[in-house]
Amino acid sequence: MRTGNAPTRRLGRLVVAVPYLWLLLFFLAPFAIVLRMAFSDAATDLPPYAPHFQGFSQLGEFIAALDLENFRLLGDDPLYWQSYLYSLRIAALTTLIALAIGYPLAYAMASAPRRWQSLLLVLVILPFWTSFLIRVYAWIGILRPEGLLDMVLAGTGVTSEPLRLLNTEAAVLIGMVYSYLPFMVLPLFATLQKLDRSLLEAAADLGAPAWTAFATVTLPLSIPGILAGSALVFIPAVGEFVIPDLLGGPDTVMIGKVLWSEFFSNRDWPLASAVAVVLLFVLVAPLALLQRARLTRGGAA
Amino acid sequence: MNARDAGALAPLRAKRKASPGSVRRAFQPWNDPAAEPLVVFRNVTKRFDTVTAVDDLSLALYPREFFALLGASGCGKTTLMRMLAGFEQPDAGEILLDGVDITAVPPHRRPINMMFQSYALFPHLSVGDNIAYGLRREGLPRQEITRRVAEMLALVKLDGLEKRRADQLSGGQRQRVALARSLAKRPKLLLLDEPMAALDRKLRESTQFELMDLQSELGLTFMVVTHDQDEAMTMADRMAVMNHGRLVQIGPPDEIYEAPTSRYVAEFVGDINILEGRVASVTGEIVRVETAIAGAVELDEEAASLAAGETIFVGLRPEKITLSHDEPVQAVNKVAGEIWDIGYLGDFTMVQVMVGGDDGQLLKVALANRTRRIERPFAWEDRVWLSWDVEAGLVLPP
Amino acid sequence: MKRLGPGLIMALVAGFAFLYLPILALIAYSFNASRLVTVWGGFSTHWYGALMANQPLLDAAWLSIRLAFVSASVATALGTLAALALVRYGAFRGRTLFAGMVLAPLLMPEVITGLSLLLLFVSAQVERGFWTVTIAHATFSLGFACIVVQSRLAGFDRSLEEAARDLGATPIVTFWTVTLPLIWPAVAAAWMLAFTLSLDDLVIASFTTGPGATTLPMRLYSAVRLGVSPEINAACTIMIGAVALVVIAASLLLKRDQLASA
Repeated sequence: MRTGNAPTRRLGRLVVAVPYLWLLLFFLAPFAIVLRMAFSDAATDLPPYAPHFQGFSQLGEFIAALDLENFRLLGDDPLYWQSYLYSLRIAALTTLIALAIGYPLAYAMASAPRRWQSLLLVLVILPFWTSFLIRVYAWIGILRPEGLLDMVLAGTGVTSEPLRLLNTEAAVLIGMVYSYLPFMVLPLFATLQKLDRSLLEAAADLGAPAWTAFATVTLPLSIPGILAGSALVFIPAVGEFVIPDLLGGPDTVMIGKVLWSEFFSNRDWPLASAVAVVLLFVLVAPLALLQRARLTRGGAA
Repeated sequence: MNARDAGALAPLRAKRKASPGSVRRAFQPWNDPAAEPLVVFRNVTKRFDTVTAVDDLSLALYPREFFALLGASGCGKTTLMRMLAGFEQPDAGEILLDGVDITAVPPHRRPINMMFQSYALFPHLSVGDNIAYGLRREGLPRQEITRRVAEMLALVKLDGLEKRRADQLSGGQRQRVALARSLAKRPKLLLLDEPMAALDRKLRESTQFELMDLQSELGLTFMVVTHDQDEAMTMADRMAVMNHGRLVQIGPPDEIYEAPTSRYVAEFVGDINILEGRVASVTGEIVRVETAIAGAVELDEEAASLAAGETIFVGLRPEKITLSHDEPVQAVNKVAGEIWDIGYLGDFTMVQVMVGGDDGQLLKVALANRTRRIERPFAWEDRVWLSWDVEAGLVLPP
Repeated sequence: MKRLGPGLIMALVAGFAFLYLPILALIAYSFNASRLVTVWGGFSTHWYGALMANQPLLDAAWLSIRLAFVSASVATALGTLAALALVRYGAFRGRTLFAGMVLAPLLMPEVITGLSLLLLFVSAQVERGFWTVTIAHATFSLGFACIVVQSRLAGFDRSLEEAARDLGATPIVTFWTVTLPLIWPAVAAAWMLAFTLSLDDLVIASFTTGPGATTLPMRLYSAVRLGVSPEINAACTIMIGAVALVVIAASLLLKRDQLASA
């Protein structure tokens, strides 16, 4: 649609151009560099890591100089692909547990009297605003040997043996679920709150008992919220670094931590870049498929 | 609604001439070849993707005219007005104001102001600041702005509400603020987009007259866009009916209602019964039409262009038909039928009569309720006669 | 008014207990006189005193606040422009790429964002420190700021802007006198979100920083790795208190705005 006049359109171009250029420079360009770095050789390439890309005239030479060594290593060394799989597993478990805890919570919030709802919402968001690091740190104090949990269990006489939860997969899962729970609750609450209560009344009027009404009306209608919440938990969980690093142990090696140590401990920047490229692909591929499925469905409707 | 809204018009209305109709008749610049139009649309076309919103349209508005653009939603009337305000650019053609091409002039440099359907009052500004907004953009001195704001508030009878915020006002008051804001810059032309749409019915009626008084008092040119035919007919000196991006008919309201030139206009403005028929004979000013439903009917029409044998439609407004139990022996045009439905509407009753047998055609007859008698002379399934004068029917092209 | 069943009340209580008990425990132990976490040695503000004497931590905090202030301001300005571009100038060339780039940092693992920006700074041979972290934070919080402003702009009555144009305001004057005052609460909320995101970030800062620019989360991280100490609890408590204040201010601001626009 052509609206406005020449000065208006010039202004419009400016409004688009400023953030556009910023993102091209600080988002897209860095990616190109990561991509190129992933094809570089660690042994010979110290910063600034030749081969530099020298324009399209030398594209052939450039491609010839690309080194697939890093990706070969990622495929061969079980450390890498196992940690990818392990990250997906932890992220999936985190998503499921967060859904199991978050759905009843969101449902209860959406069923609460309206004047309480905004307060409940703030209460869910508030921990999200406090530092990530602080929330993880709080769990160290609870889970560590002779920490709060052990004290409470001993005090109530359940068990006097220390549970030794810290530095285990269970600790990582607890920390992940705790940190990402708000991301699950918020979209679920938004979906459930919008749900027309008269639909449930209609179901009851047509003879459905409360549970049947829930299973046949509420649950199917809240699927968009479940999907959104799951995506918001799963995607960042895969690349998570801080939680497995602080709460996990030697056997909870997630890919974010691998990238971190390749970079900071081994100083192998090309390999770290290759890890990043593969991680991105692992994350983007399912998202792109999901988006495509949604688009085709939208187009058909 | 409050007392301010309701009582405001009394003094103004008292000033009105006894018969506004006769006054309005004298004002016909569109029939005066020497009159200079204020606004001219010359072959203007506007498309959105595949839809042609305004289609090769030409139109002239004259100074001091109250012009109404009437049409169903999606007919292009809003696009036409937004092009005049400068929010849309025509794809072809040009728009002149006082003889100057303003097609490429951006909205903020046009001496045209608009009253928005939603009023678009700035919620973060007070009433006074809303009215002053346009004056501040002109860079007028502070005292001048204060004076003009006070003048505008007095004009729309909102004195003393200057400090209020827009959300603290009633619907009628909000409309007045919007009006004052758009009048404050003394535009050459004021555009009003569905100005009464957000008002309740009682307030709407009083505001219509008030707007007319304001317009004649200030000597401004108004263009109202509306889908409400009562509104257009009450206020306008001249109105245009728009359909599919074209102006179907332009003329004074009574002309549009009593002499529509097409079946679309006849059916869009007011209620009408349409009878299909063939011209049997044209004798002087009397046209005889053979209809399938009502037999031969006679019309008094300037029918020079009609020829015998031609298929036409006869339009008949419901209020121009007389209903009786006994056959009206004197009547030239009459037809018998059976009452199928009676709708009591308070001021009149709409009776639906089936003529031409059970598979015939339902004709609407409007009966004015002149007495408070509850018992009605007509009942369902009554056999009745419909009759009308030769001047009542009108000829519509197929 | 409907009543909550006992099951739903349980879900609320358990859910919020899970969310809040760890934080409350952390706060409680910051007031413990004993250094041992297992022993309650009585109420004391000793660790807050010790914190005030911890100069490296205070320096890091001051650096983080300045950094968050600048990066949040840049991110909000760019995010607002991006939101205007997406909502107002609907179909421009490269819109899909643009929308993708705005939203990608929301989903991107922080390790990747950090790594890629570091590689950019290295290849551009920029000296790393305060400004590189600021740019990195502004880039990744831009998308969050954009979403907050975008949702507000989407519900914006465009006839208000048209009315301003109609009354003689140029596009720029329209933005300053009508658009900005009306989206202001969302812009403020976006700024606060960007501010806390920057204040909270460990990973991206670790990648993009240089010598002499150690942020508060980086200091805390190395302290936490060494184990639990009441001093860290005290530092965390102060941060929680500060964030709570900001969030309450923000929600009050938004609520007032909702009342005004209702």
